[in-house]
Amino acid sequence: MAEAARGLSTPKGSAGGLIHRHRWLTPYLLLTPGLAWLALFFCVPLGFLVHQSLETQNPIDFTSSFSWAWHNYSDALTGYHSQLVRSFEYAAIATAIALLVSYPLVYWIAFRGGRWKNLLLLMIIAPFFVTYLIRTLAWETILSDQGIVVRILRDVHILAPDGRLLATSVAVVAGITYNFLPFMALPLYVALEQIDPRLIEAAQDLYASKPKAFLRVTLPLSAPGLVAGTLLTFIPAAGDFINAQLLGTPGQYMIGNVIQSKFLELTDYPAAASLSLLLMAIIIVMIGIYVRILGTEKLTG
Amino acid sequence: MTATLRFVRHHALTAYSALVFAYLLVPIGVVVAYSFNAPRGRFNYVWQGFTFDNWVHWDAVPGLRSAIEVSLEIAALSSLAATALGTLIALALVRYGFRGRGVTNLLVFLPMSSPEIVLGASLLTLFLTMNVATGFATILIAHIMFNISYVVVTVKARLIGFDRHLEEAAMDLGANEWTTFRKVTMPLIAPGVLAAGLLAFALSVDDFVITNFNAGTTVTFPLFVWGAARVGAPPQVNVIGSAIFFVAIAVMLANVLWQLRRPATRPV
Repeated sequence: MAEAARGLSTPKGSAGGLIHRHRWLTPYLLLTPGLAWLALFFCVPLGFLVHQSLETQNPIDFTSSFSWAWHNYSDALTGYHSQLVRSFEYAAIATAIALLVSYPLVYWIAFRGGRWKNLLLLMIIAPFFVTYLIRTLAWETILSDQGIVVRILRDVHILAPDGRLLATSVAVVAGITYNFLPFMALPLYVALEQIDPRLIEAAQDLYASKPKAFLRVTLPLSAPGLVAGTLLTFIPAAGDFINAQLLGTPGQYMIGNVIQSKFLELTDYPAAASLSLLLMAIIIVMIGIYVRILGTEKLTG
Repeated sequence: MTATLRFVRHHALTAYSALVFAYLLVPIGVVVAYSFNAPRGRFNYVWQGFTFDNWVHWDAVPGLRSAIEVSLEIAALSSLAATALGTLIALALVRYGFRGRGVTNLLVFLPMSSPEIVLGASLLTLFLTMNVATGFATILIAHIMFNISYVVVTVKARLIGFDRHLEEAAMDLGANEWTTFRKVTMPLIAPGVLAAGLLAFALSVDDFVITNFNAGTTVTFPLFVWGAARVGAPPQVNVIGSAIFFVAIAVMLANVLWQLRRPATRPV
């Protein structure tokens, strides 16, 4: 593609001579302002975050100084072990539920949606048009003790007469699932939509049962969407603190809550910085493992 | 398999889909419904009675109007800047061969795949270290930063889909590069650029996490909601939430309708 672009834009005569003589410069001129912004306000800050994570803070005047304080990381791991584990637990459960809930739905839209596809897709992303915090507050209303859900669950004895949903891990996971479900559904839809239905018919013509045709044809072909969807759901879910804050109690707090309060309320910057980087590192490692496993499976399957 | 069984199976999936749609849409219904609630006391959790008061007196809550104004200003400025910067990157990536393409792609991809809390925290660290007071300007800087990547992705998708021969034809007819860009390229990618700008605007209005880290004492609409939620959010918050929802849906519907119309008029 790059070659085609170069071929297409061969200078014609000497018009605009300076630009044409330095054509190789053009892409760099286009890139510079945007990439400079990203470098300055994304890369450089990450560097500062690493620097800060290795500082020690004077407990009296809260000034901190750089001291290769690697113990910040081990302190963070031991001190907030439960919140870290909980974050990935909640994120994994929410991602799994989002996958199970949205796969049949987008399958239905992709293969049976007909001319309504776009409208149905719009309905999937509709929750995004209500501000994140407000739709989480709506769940607070729905799951509240006076709400209809709790009343019904109490009536059928799934919940004890004084049982609650709000302020439990169920509420937090439900909130996370709801908030990030469209991130799962959209890539899945894109992958499923591109599948030629004739492939599935062919499998059935060759005597594959319906479940078998699904497992051997549809599912592998939707794998790219599955990978993208789970990552897009899992990453923000693991770093989330809003659902735990609004729908849970400190007993459900995730690592995001700790980072948030350490940065903005306790101003314990070194600990907060090392926790943030730990979160990012674990996520990157998990993504690596995940993509590798799925990648090799696709090769051998 | 009998026909009846197949019928049940077929409709089971449809019924299931309807249920999931209900799950997705009920909270939106709750937001809109409770914007018409007349709560007694501070908490807008229990339905007390219908009223239009919250819509009529939407700015009766101190601080709400200014928070909305700040949000809209930041969204307008950041989406304009990010759309300009991001479109240029997308043009370079799709139209030119150059060294450093991999690094560029990585730099665009990374902010989108990092947890928001890390983006917010690292920016705060930068501002703290540099002794920059956080406020309107730092929010703006942050929003431009996270919006650039989304603009690049959106515009790139549009650029890849278009017919290069149109530009070639313009050049053959004697147009120089700038004229070709202005008269041919720009009109063709304009829908993609517009979509990217709208997306950036929406992301900016909605952002809480990154803003929360870099706002100082400046209050955007999501920050206002966060503060209000701690003491019981007034129904006016639902009014604004519903209004944002209806505006966004109207824009999206217009877009869907436009796309339905376009194939007939599209010059390919």
